[in-house]
Amino acid sequence: MAKAKLDRSAFMLPAGHHLHSVQRIALIVGIVAAGLTAFGAMSNPVQFFRSYLVAYLYCLALGLGSLGILLLHHVVGGRWGSILRKFLEAGSRTLPMLALAFVPLLFGMHELYEWSHADAVAHDPVIAHKSLYLNSTFFTVRAAVYFLVWITLATLASRWSAAQEEGGGPAVNKRLEFLGRGGTILYAGTMTFAAIDWVMSIDVHWFSHIYGLIFVAGQVLTAMAFMVVVASSFAGRAPFERIMCADRFHDLGKLMLAFIMVWAYFALSQYLIIWSGNLPEETPWYISRLSGGWEHFGSALIIFHFVLPFVVLLSRDVKRNPRSLALVACALLVFRYMDLYWLVVPSFSPGVFTLHWLDFSAMAALGGLWIALFVQQIKGHTLLPLGDPMLAPELAEGAES
Amino acid sequence: MSENSNEQPIYGLLAEFSSAGELVTATRAARKAGFTKIDAYSPLPLEELFEALGLHKSRLPLIVLIGGIVGACAGYGLAYWTSVIDYPINVGGRPFHSWPAFIPITFETTVLFAAFSAVLGMLALNGLPQLYHPVFNVSRFAVASKDRFFLLIEAVDPEFDYDKTWSFLTKLEPRVISDVEH
Repeated sequence: MAKAKLDRSAFMLPAGHHLHSVQRIALIVGIVAAGLTAFGAMSNPVQFFRSYLVAYLYCLALGLGSLGILLLHHVVGGRWGSILRKFLEAGSRTLPMLALAFVPLLFGMHELYEWSHADAVAHDPVIAHKSLYLNSTFFTVRAAVYFLVWITLATLASRWSAAQEEGGGPAVNKRLEFLGRGGTILYAGTMTFAAIDWVMSIDVHWFSHIYGLIFVAGQVLTAMAFMVVVASSFAGRAPFERIMCADRFHDLGKLMLAFIMVWAYFALSQYLIIWSGNLPEETPWYISRLSGGWEHFGSALIIFHFVLPFVVLLSRDVKRNPRSLALVACALLVFRYMDLYWLVVPSFSPGVFTLHWLDFSAMAALGGLWIALFVQQIKGHTLLPLGDPMLAPELAEGAES
Repeated sequence: MSENSNEQPIYGLLAEFSSAGELVTATRAARKAGFTKIDAYSPLPLEELFEALGLHKSRLPLIVLIGGIVGACAGYGLAYWTSVIDYPINVGGRPFHSWPAFIPITFETTVLFAAFSAVLGMLALNGLPQLYHPVFNVSRFAVASKDRFFLLIEAVDPEFDYDKTWSFLTKLEPRVISDVEH
């Protein structure tokens, strides 16, 4: 088959696309909110670090979840992933900046984690027992290792993808598949430990083995929902409309439904096991999350993070329509924040519901800056992997017509 | 090449194509021409063919949904009836109606009932297993499971007229057109 030459520039971000204005607005919101947050940090550093941690975990989910889906796609293939791949690569390239944004948390270690207090270690035998792992030096070293692994995986994925686009051939395809195989294992492994370090250790006496996986499922769902919104803005636009068609959005909708169910499965598994065991060292985590107003938050999560999107996404028509699917994805992005909030904040405020303006401003600051950075990463790259063998038939068809 | 078989009514006309693309085009053309009693046969699943035949509006999803809901109620009901009404046992001081413990069985029966209704509903709707179908009277039809694509227009179609349908099919340039006898 004669290979028709593809016009690469036709697959770049079009000049009039509203992602340009989204980037401008996100940047302004991010900078203004960052100023506000910095002001809040001066007056109330303890609250700042708590709010910052939740906002940070949310943005990390966007970047790291992108990497996770990207690696998974390199293992299992499928055209659903091909249409998202360039966006996922752009998302995963925000990880170096996310590593930088982690630094404030190192300064907040004392405010956030009880185990970093010398007197707590001295007086609490459980904390003393865990201090071999939970100490500030090792904590910092581990964080550095996680980011090193994630940034390396993201860099290689983008670099080899570019090589594939320049006609790398089967050797590069093989390399990407290999990266996906090792990478998914590394991602799930490192994220399990990162979740233990950064969030679970706030409740230093409490432990749960499925905890890391709840985060992995949440991150993948967050990134998936975000990418559905991004991809939907290209549906019906030449030359993307032939490839980002109803069938692909149908696939993405099915996957989003699957990830919602995975999240619910992990979350319920943890609850069911702790509820069945009913042990004094395990139940406090749920008691502090199911009293003092938090219980309404928890019930809302069951309804809005599982039941409602589950029922809506059963519909074939909703999944095949990019607009309605993007609407569901937008709602999910809000509920993802709620889930993270419910996972993290009750540890600081057990049994007493709390919400501070810094929660909003920290989220707006990091979220705005992240979106601006993400759009920046999209620019200058093609928006579809033109070297992807999976898309070759459709791309060839388009070049002929 | 055509024999008028008005005296002996036939089941339909079968056109043979050599590619999937031709079959999809022909199916779309037949639907556009107003034929409703048509069927297409392909050795491999073709997503476009479902659409060309207008098959996506199936009642199967509804059957599966109902099956799933019945399964959920059955599972939860079973757990509720056994642990609250028929044989209540105090386990660790928990209430008899301990819903978290009922979730796994509810989930399992939902999946089980939904899966059964999918399989049985599919069989009920498509009429399988079917021991006799006239289309097999055409000996060439054996290659439908190998490398040929067939379009059938049934004689019961209100638009069906032997000569007109024959000339309509001829315009689609099939390899062969055959009479399908009862």
